[in-house]
Amino acid sequence: MTTMTAPPVAPEQNLRLRARRLPVVALLGIAVAAVAVAALLVYATGIGGFALVVALAMLLYLVGLFAASSAVEGRRQARNRTWSALIHSAFVLALLPLISVVWTLLSNGMERLDRTFFLTSMNNIGARDPNGGAYHAIVGTLEQVGIATLITVPLGLACAIYVVEYGRGRFAQLIRFFVDVMTGIPSIVAGLFVLAFWILIVSPYLNDGRPGYSGFAASLALSVLMLPTIVRSTEEMLRLVPAPLREGSYALGVPKWKTILRIVLPTAAPGIVTGVMLAIARAAGETAPVLLVAGGGAAINFNPFENNQSSLALFVYQQAGDASRYAPARAWAAALTLVALVLILTIAAKLLARRNRFGR
Amino acid sequence: MGDTPDRSANAGTGGPRVTLGHSRSAGAALSVDVPVTPLDRTPDGVGSQDSDLGPGGTGLGGGGALPRRRAFGAERIFHGFTMAAGMTVLGIIVAIAIFLVAKAVPALDANTANFFTYEGWSPNETEPKFGIGALAFGTVLTSLLALLMAVPVALGIALYLSHYAPRRVGTALGFLVDLLAAVPSVVFGLWGRDYFYGPVRDVSAWLNTYFGWLPIFGGDGPFGRSVLLGSLVLAIMVLPIITSLSREVFLQTPTANEEAALALGATKWEMIRMAVLPYGRPGIIGATMLGLGRALGETIALAMTLGIVSKISFNLIENGGNTVAANIANAFGEANDIGRGALIASGLVLFSITLIVNMTARAIIYRRREFTETAA
Repeated sequence: MTTMTAPPVAPEQNLRLRARRLPVVALLGIAVAAVAVAALLVYATGIGGFALVVALAMLLYLVGLFAASSAVEGRRQARNRTWSALIHSAFVLALLPLISVVWTLLSNGMERLDRTFFLTSMNNIGARDPNGGAYHAIVGTLEQVGIATLITVPLGLACAIYVVEYGRGRFAQLIRFFVDVMTGIPSIVAGLFVLAFWILIVSPYLNDGRPGYSGFAASLALSVLMLPTIVRSTEEMLRLVPAPLREGSYALGVPKWKTILRIVLPTAAPGIVTGVMLAIARAAGETAPVLLVAGGGAAINFNPFENNQSSLALFVYQQAGDASRYAPARAWAAALTLVALVLILTIAAKLLARRNRFGR
Repeated sequence: MGDTPDRSANAGTGGPRVTLGHSRSAGAALSVDVPVTPLDRTPDGVGSQDSDLGPGGTGLGGGGALPRRRAFGAERIFHGFTMAAGMTVLGIIVAIAIFLVAKAVPALDANTANFFTYEGWSPNETEPKFGIGALAFGTVLTSLLALLMAVPVALGIALYLSHYAPRRVGTALGFLVDLLAAVPSVVFGLWGRDYFYGPVRDVSAWLNTYFGWLPIFGGDGPFGRSVLLGSLVLAIMVLPIITSLSREVFLQTPTANEEAALALGATKWEMIRMAVLPYGRPGIIGATMLGLGRALGETIALAMTLGIVSKISFNLIENGGNTVAANIANAFGEANDIGRGALIASGLVLFSITLIVNMTARAIIYRRREFTETAA
């Protein structure tokens, strides 16, 4: 018969068991109060504007939240709530500039994004000419990145194959380590290297004594930057290839090199392609090496081995520093083009990786 | 026609050509003509000459020594090729050091000031004077400030994406962060110079009015194109990198650890502090160091946003500031021979700094990785 008396007791017990919680209304109240106090303080003393109100309100909200929560829910819960609020606000804080970048890019870039921009170069465009375009820069970017890819992909694949399939012991470990270290070489240093090595030492022999700036030199510098990226991503992809595939191939009497070329590489191909595309996207956006070794230039130059070449990123930099009042519009349009190119490559690479479920 | 007796002789000795004879019997008349040209054999393999393949040696792989020997040749070539490719990586790093030194030495010889302590940068004069002091200081100051601002925010975002946001939202936003990491630095530079400059100048003026008694916010203008602007832009640039690396690490926290913490009654923050952060610490350190490496080497964005004044000063808001990389981009245009050498010398310093930072970062990651792998 004790069961009859039990039910009325249960809710009461539940109430006691559950810790007291701050209601949502209280949170809203703290927020409103924080904003009000902040606005009052700022505008009454006249020490700042809207931005200060927001910043101060955030601070007051955090303090108020901590105080209220520790009074009602205890110290641990208060800490939890405050950190959670901080983490959420960090996210919002970081979104603001990034949204601003995207917004200014779109609104400013659209102004000059027309046919002339893609079909003309900057040749004979003076400070008073509103037209002019980035045709030469687009040609330069495509050629330089293309050559860099041609140089880097075989080299990078071979290096990754060595590290994963052949390399043993300390030497392979050393190469892995330095590939990682090479990832962090600043692009300007890569540019200086090619400047010192190719432009100042090698190219005078090919160019009757004068240092010759060229698109090919830019490709060399970009290769230095792309190589470690490609090696790292390929390496990871090769490691993901299941061992039974290799073993099956060996069991059929296929030599190791053929197994690598015919079994391992095709299996890892989608992931490798993803890595290559990401490396290309990174290289296409590099300004500093191109600035140092390709020289820039206003005219269209299809030959990457002779004479100055420009690139999209360099075009943005040069137009941004130009005194003409039409230059900023061109700079933004080129920046938008460049970002579009890079993002399309990146998105395609990521989608490819996702579809094949091989990469991450 | 000299091949025919050869083949039959082999067949008689019971060598590998016995099987060949069987396979050839159907089309023997045809096969006799084909291998007469010696050219036909050479591409078959390295060992074909001395082993005397006989006609149609490629037709079968059933022989004993033959295929293995050919494979051995290709195997060696391929192995050697990949090894050479691996060594190019080492070669490139060594070559960078050698060529930079080679081109820097003449300029350093011509330098009439102390390279390490002199604050100015005028290598193009008849009496070249240049020093790395102010530039190296500016580089380190800007990068450290940028990291100071970026790392807490980046960790916050990473935690939000990995543990607070709904899974779908987290994945989608993580994708977005990865995309932002790909945005070229020149775009950030352009944005910082044309748009971010305004708000930063206003904030600088405000800081100067109310906190001007602090040396870092002192001075009497003009404000804006300052270390503050440069490091803010830099912070925004390294944010996606640090975020995406640490998010990945946070996502790898063993679920068992998290659930154990929660089961013991930990709040969400306590769970993060006890399970997620300790597990992810090597990853966080590594991500921070990589962000530092990127910040140290950043060129164009800083060349566009800093005031380019080669002077050692802790003032953050007055126009000024310069870094090694930004100085290279800015001064390269009008550099003569000595000037180029001087820039290469400064690049060498930058290379050494980033090399040390990167090697430290990698060493930390490697050691911790072994540690966590054995511990987990």
